[in-house]
Amino acid sequence: MSDATPSPAATELLRAHRFRLIELLPWVVAIAVYFLFPGYRLMATQILVLILFALSLDLIVGYAGIVSLGHAAFFGTGAYAAALLANAGWQEPLTAVAVGAAAAGVLGYVSGWVVLRTKELTLLMLTMALGIMLYELAKDMDEITGGFDGINFENSPILGLFAFDPLFFTSNYWYAFAFLLIGFLVVRLIVHAPFGQSLVGIRENDRRMHAIGTPVRQRRRHVYTIAATIAGIAGAIWVQVQGNITIAVYEFEMSGNILIMVILGGAGRLYGAFIGVIVFAILENMTETVLGTDPPYWELLLGVALVLTVLFAPKGLLGLFDPFVHRLRGKAP
Amino acid sequence: MTAVLETRGLSKSFGALEVARSIDFALKPGARHALIGPNGAGKTTLVNLLTGALVPSTGSVLLDGDDITILAENQRVKRGLVRTFQINTLFMGLTVLQNVYLTVAERLGVSTTLFRPVGSQPAVVAEAERVLETIQLHEDAGRIVNELPYGRQRLLEIAIALALEPRVLLLDEPAAGVPNAESHIILDAIAALPDDIAVMIIEHDMDVVFRFAERITVLVSGGILASGTPDEIAASEEVRAVYLGYSNGPGTGDG
Repeated sequence: MSDATPSPAATELLRAHRFRLIELLPWVVAIAVYFLFPGYRLMATQILVLILFALSLDLIVGYAGIVSLGHAAFFGTGAYAAALLANAGWQEPLTAVAVGAAAAGVLGYVSGWVVLRTKELTLLMLTMALGIMLYELAKDMDEITGGFDGINFENSPILGLFAFDPLFFTSNYWYAFAFLLIGFLVVRLIVHAPFGQSLVGIRENDRRMHAIGTPVRQRRRHVYTIAATIAGIAGAIWVQVQGNITIAVYEFEMSGNILIMVILGGAGRLYGAFIGVIVFAILENMTETVLGTDPPYWELLLGVALVLTVLFAPKGLLGLFDPFVHRLRGKAP
Repeated sequence: MTAVLETRGLSKSFGALEVARSIDFALKPGARHALIGPNGAGKTTLVNLLTGALVPSTGSVLLDGDDITILAENQRVKRGLVRTFQINTLFMGLTVLQNVYLTVAERLGVSTTLFRPVGSQPAVVAEAERVLETIQLHEDAGRIVNELPYGRQRLLEIAIALALEPRVLLLDEPAAGVPNAESHIILDAIAALPDDIAVMIIEHDMDVVFRFAERITVLVSGGILASGTPDEIAASEEVRAVYLGYSNGPGTGDG
């Protein structure tokens, strides 16, 4: 029977990983933004890096169902590894990213042994505790970390060719763009691989996963390590493109905001990370431009936006398009 | 013939509450065994002890003569010890095919594949389709599980178990909650289980029990009250008094 033609359901499963034309859109937009809005390149670069950070969080939150409020622990660790390396004289940026990735990955693997023994609220608290601990540690060790004032550092040109440009953010933008593109392709491949599908199984029903023979804890540790590694890469790039680091990379606000962005855009669908980060950044920027930062209108508006999302778009902003997409593909919503 | 699954002095207590009392139990290859007993007798507890969902206080579980007492649930599954659940334990938001696909991928050991898409291994998907065909669920392959009628969901429980190619299959009230009009599809599926699988079924419907089982074990308050052929169990005064006495006995169902 294996030589029979696959059923429609099987065909859909077999083709799920194929690229659709519309998937070019974010990259076309990213390229266009560089040329059309040169004045916004710093913000645009930050958005690219945050999307990579959000993708790493979506992998554990949206796919494996591990909701974390401490993902900045890995972002900050990758950032500090890269920054301290440069500050100590090792200025080659790509190896610094690799070191940042490894440091965050090891932290993810080790903390995963403890944190992932728990679920839901306990898990949420433990991830948060790790993030806060690292923040306090970095604050105490301000002679090394630079504390609130931070450290300025320099990296040598990328591949020896493209110098970081703190003024116009030229190489910096494409540096972040390239890492996001590669990172996205890797994450996309993972979620469409049998490994990624088994994560969905764990999210849907971990009791059932045990009963079909899955080593659930081990698999959760593995994806947690992968997500931590990618978050570490994002952190390293975040500080490299700006040429400085402060303990803000470890702040709880970092963990909280990135989770909000993932949920706002729609968890478990990759492109939700793109939408969530972009909408969040634009809303924040607009609010502060129009209304100012004092009183903090932004926090108020963010609160309202979140309530509206939860009430009217429980699957995130991208989820709003689901019925439309289903109709396009000729299926019932 | 040696037993494929065996327990020796299996006990479990939660504090002072003994939910399993020194259970000695054996399943031969290809067995058709029913586990009956009043509510709260510890039937599902026994299944949980056998599968590793619960750790026994004392005693041991043996599979093919190997002591598997310390093995985790997922490791026992890899060795062919498979169960279904009394309450549907499915991936409710996924399609029927995806439910079985995940199972087959796990059995074939491909579910750790990280950097190749599902579509690069069409044989795994084809195997999932084959399992659905053998159990007559293939027409629902593309449907999301929570849209399925309850009876079809119960059938999927069995399909997932079969996709694991079990040597021992523990069916925990497979037809529980299924409307009478649909229950025959479950019973047909159970009747059609491959002969080489040792099957133990927990069931309240005496009709089903006496039609299906070659041996019956009666469990009362965590201990085995009696074990024997259906005729022996039906004839036992003790069993009648404790359990079958609640109804009019097997006679009404069997004859």
